[in-house]
Amino acid sequence: MSNLWRLREYLRPYAGRMAAMLVLAVFASLAALATPRMIQAVIDGPVTRADDDGLWWLAAAILALGVAEAFLVWLRRYIQATVALGVEADMRRDIYAHVQKLHAGFHDRFQTGQLLSRATGDLGRIRRFAAWGMIFLVINVFTYVAVIAQLLQIYWPLGLVVAASAVPLFFLSRSFARGYIRASRAEQDQAGEVANTAEETAQGIRVVKAFGRSRHVIERFEGEAAKLRDISVGKVRMLSKSWSMFDAIPNLVLAAVLIGGSIAVAAGAMTIGELVAFVTLQLMLVWPIEALGWIIANGNEAMTAADRIFDVLDTEPAIVDRPGATDLDRADAKGHLRFEGVRFGYEGTGKEILTGLDLDVRPGETLAIAGVTGCGKTTLLSLAPRLYDVTEGRVTIDGRDVRDLTLSSLRRNVATAFEDPTLFSMSVRENLTLGREDATEADIEEALQVAQAEFVYDLPWGLDTRIGEQGLSLSGGQRQRLALARAVIVKPAVLILDDPLSALDVHTEELVERALASVLKGTTALVAVHRPSTVALADRVALLQDGTIVAVGTHSELLESTPAYRAVLSAEADTVGAAA
Amino acid sequence: MTVQTPPKPEVKESHAWRGIADTEEAERTSAEQDDASSIKALRARGRKLLGSLIRPYRKVLLWTVVLLLIQNAAGMAGPLLVKLGIDAGIPPIVENENYATLIAVGAAFLAAIAVEYLTKRGFLSLSGKVGQQILLDLRRRVFTHFQKLSIAFHERFTSGRVVARLTSDMDAIRELADGGVNDLVLSALSIVTISVILLVLDPMLALVALLSFPVMLWLSNWFRVNSARVYRRTRETIALVIVYFVESMGGVRAVQAYRREPRNQRIFDDLNEDNRAENVAGHRLSATFAGGVKGIGNLTTALVLAYGAYRVLHHQTDVGVLAAFVLYLRRFFDPMQELSMFYNTLQSANAALDKLAGVLAEEPDVPEPAEPKPLPAARGELRFDRVRFWYHKDKVVLPTFDLHIPAGQTVALVGATGAGKTTIAKLVSRFYDPSEGVVSLDGVSLKDIAEPELRRAVAMVTQENFLFAGTIGENIAFGRPDATREQIEEAARAIGAHEFITGLPEGYDTDVRKRGGRLSAGQRQLVAFARAFLADPRVLILDEATSSLDIPSERLVQRALRTILADRTAIVIAHRLSTVEIADRVLVLDGGQVVEDGPPSALIDGGGRYAKLHEQWQDSLV
Repeated sequence: MSNLWRLREYLRPYAGRMAAMLVLAVFASLAALATPRMIQAVIDGPVTRADDDGLWWLAAAILALGVAEAFLVWLRRYIQATVALGVEADMRRDIYAHVQKLHAGFHDRFQTGQLLSRATGDLGRIRRFAAWGMIFLVINVFTYVAVIAQLLQIYWPLGLVVAASAVPLFFLSRSFARGYIRASRAEQDQAGEVANTAEETAQGIRVVKAFGRSRHVIERFEGEAAKLRDISVGKVRMLSKSWSMFDAIPNLVLAAVLIGGSIAVAAGAMTIGELVAFVTLQLMLVWPIEALGWIIANGNEAMTAADRIFDVLDTEPAIVDRPGATDLDRADAKGHLRFEGVRFGYEGTGKEILTGLDLDVRPGETLAIAGVTGCGKTTLLSLAPRLYDVTEGRVTIDGRDVRDLTLSSLRRNVATAFEDPTLFSMSVRENLTLGREDATEADIEEALQVAQAEFVYDLPWGLDTRIGEQGLSLSGGQRQRLALARAVIVKPAVLILDDPLSALDVHTEELVERALASVLKGTTALVAVHRPSTVALADRVALLQDGTIVAVGTHSELLESTPAYRAVLSAEADTVGAAA
Repeated sequence: MTVQTPPKPEVKESHAWRGIADTEEAERTSAEQDDASSIKALRARGRKLLGSLIRPYRKVLLWTVVLLLIQNAAGMAGPLLVKLGIDAGIPPIVENENYATLIAVGAAFLAAIAVEYLTKRGFLSLSGKVGQQILLDLRRRVFTHFQKLSIAFHERFTSGRVVARLTSDMDAIRELADGGVNDLVLSALSIVTISVILLVLDPMLALVALLSFPVMLWLSNWFRVNSARVYRRTRETIALVIVYFVESMGGVRAVQAYRREPRNQRIFDDLNEDNRAENVAGHRLSATFAGGVKGIGNLTTALVLAYGAYRVLHHQTDVGVLAAFVLYLRRFFDPMQELSMFYNTLQSANAALDKLAGVLAEEPDVPEPAEPKPLPAARGELRFDRVRFWYHKDKVVLPTFDLHIPAGQTVALVGATGAGKTTIAKLVSRFYDPSEGVVSLDGVSLKDIAEPELRRAVAMVTQENFLFAGTIGENIAFGRPDATREQIEEAARAIGAHEFITGLPEGYDTDVRKRGGRLSAGQRQLVAFARAFLADPRVLILDEATSSLDIPSERLVQRALRTILADRTAIVIAHRLSTVEIADRVLVLDGGQVVEDGPPSALIDGGGRYAKLHEQWQDSLV
């Protein structure tokens, strides 16, 4: 509830418009409510008296009321569009801004789909509540009171009957709305399962085909789809029960009113015009009462949605500028990178990956990190640009703790080429200049040359070609070279490369190495390596084992002195046929 | 690479960052084309598909129609009974306290309500059930068809589109089935019925009421045309918002490491704003439509009332008729509004159906043999006989290729990217059929071998090692579902994967999609090896299968391979020559042709291309 109340900050800019909507809605219902009484006046007046007198005036008044109602409805909905969608767009903007700032540890925990459902589905629920639920909660209660008051005034015994009919209708509608939402959720969840199965089989189609397991996956898919059908049929059954009830109750009341009303008319307690007005008015009640159940359900949903959204918005970014953080000017940065007694473990795993690690990368030096898969190389690399913060110890650049620098200046000085080369569905140019918007054509050309990624000029639209998921698909090697170019183009003081050449063939690897050497000459670099060939880039190598650096030296020194290093990086020892 | 530059499509200035692509082109199946005759053919296919889906349920659907008609009739009785009550029920009471007519009317009313309740309930549940069943049939049919289509199709169509067909397109149809159709039919039916009733009650008055018809039609049409356009634009803009959101979050490490946040926010705000603007336009359109319908309805009511009252007082009609008119008019205009609203649902369902029909029209280009020939006793002899292959006719990948691999031989393919190595692997595993010529296994053309038998005979391990949801054990047993736990463990042990698997939280029962079960690329590759090994094929294909392994693991795998490949036919493709060295024979490929052929040691001594490659590799090791 409290989270729902917090939404007011988003509604505030639209307060005036919301008030206007309310007023318009009230006037529209008043106009609608007045019409049946006018009809009554027509029947009891000119029709009963059998003279034209006043008929035209009444008709004109009904016409005016009708037109006014239509206009008011239009105006309210016209305004409603800006309010509802405004609130939605504003909140979506804030969610995006906030999650972008949240640290990598948060994103490890929260899957993208979870975040997306908050920025779409949950926001939709709030939008419906803000634009529809809240307004109609007020209007429907108002309409109900106004109609019942009139009915009581026309003929109170029947008025009471109608008033009482609201009770079962309301409860029916509420329980239906609840059940319906629950069933819809179940249906959505199962639809998600069906989608998952479809997605998995589509992605693994080669494996499915290679092992001839089509029948197996078809059976699995059918099982999920049949489950979905069962859930949907259950929902339909509930729907059919409630909807037919929704029609039956007002009709029963209508029958009662007709019988009772006719008797009352015959007894002279009511005029025919009043009976017609009564019936018309009574029909106007059906929707407001039915809708009340939906509004309550919608309110509940909005509440949950608000909880889910504020859950994210209330998460404080763990990695932010410290108070008093200073800039590290790129021009002054020498790129002396040191790890001092660094300990680190991922949130919530309770397992330390780095256990007191010391490492000194001298300005301009290229240092390779070697170690078996899963020993923590990537983790170590992600500490320098503060994607994660150390649990203990510190990382320094030019003697200053990275946590004392502003994030933006730190990341201006440290550029990373990730092992998994993330490309976005954008133009090649946009992907390349991710870290340096103002890069010139010459900068781009130079970086592409270093990474041996000039193939992009041959793409259908050159640098303007869209790549990534939604665009042209590139091979693993091509993607990796672009990721490398992306890091190089920043011209950072410290370059971090996570196994940057793993997907390249021997020939290309050699070309990239040669070109990269010139860049590395003036830049401090930390490179995670898997292959002896990549080690050639480095001045020195450090061996990471059991969370700490166990040996540092040149490749040949380590090969000689450290058996563990030989095991990890020497292709010589017992490779099949190396000498053949 | 194609040099020919396609025309540059128009790109909105603020969307320049997106770059240019022709996704619309790729999004299509071959049945979906722009020219009028293709569109017409596709429509016809869509209708035919619908017909074939409905056919099995003809009888049930007939019943639903009957129920619907009864329900409609019962529902329409209400205002008519009000009229009867007023005109015929009241006078006898006033005259001689005769309640009989009124009681009869009341009883009829109750009966009508009961009938309406029952038929409505019956109709809704019956039609809902049939709708869901049809949907299931459609899902099943499309999914099965996707399974039949070749890898070539899947590579072109991509998994994202397969998923879209099976989810969002299905949803569009489901939405229609979810009550859309019912309301649509019922609305149309009640409009017609009411028109008839009004005409019977009082033709003159009815004509006045029906005057609203053309105006309403015009308004609905205006709304339909405009909303279809706005609706499409909202779908497009929200899709951009979602893609951008998902990619930013998926690549959040790159975003943060490159200080991309401010620019991302600008672009996202822009997209969000576009979506809002389109949404607002859509809502306003509905506002105008809703207001318009209300206005026309109210206007008509006023006219009917004025003219009706005039007629009553000139004794041309009864008060009860007037009351009935007023009540009917309310029921007349509400469905009109609904009809137009559902038009969008109908349109998107229609479009979705066409798309699915396009998928179903796609012919599997690697078809199952009609009369499969049995494979002789397992040997594993492979033969390429004058094989030619191309993806596009103007770019031949394999120009007349002949090759004989005796049973049990391990052959390594070496050559630059695009030399045709992977193509050969794909032909042997029959992901593709040769454009010309024959690939045969133990003397039988692959095209004549029944699918299950072929898959048992040939297994492939590739760079991409997809694991399915489920446990590691299940994944290893994927190619041989009846394998015991002992056999699974044995396979893992042989390949050197046993150790890391037992180190996982739940060993072989660890779910690969759950926390703690996420495997590194190297570990996934080991699982894939174990999977292929357990399948025990007579021909094993390794396509860059060791690229993600670190050196200690690679060493283990190589040791294992020596035993596994000893008496098995194998084709090995690798950039890393360490893997190639286990082969009995090396083929150096260039432009789809064998340029060197021989045992590795002989080639190294021969001083050709392989010798040079080998030298380079030796240098890189030190």
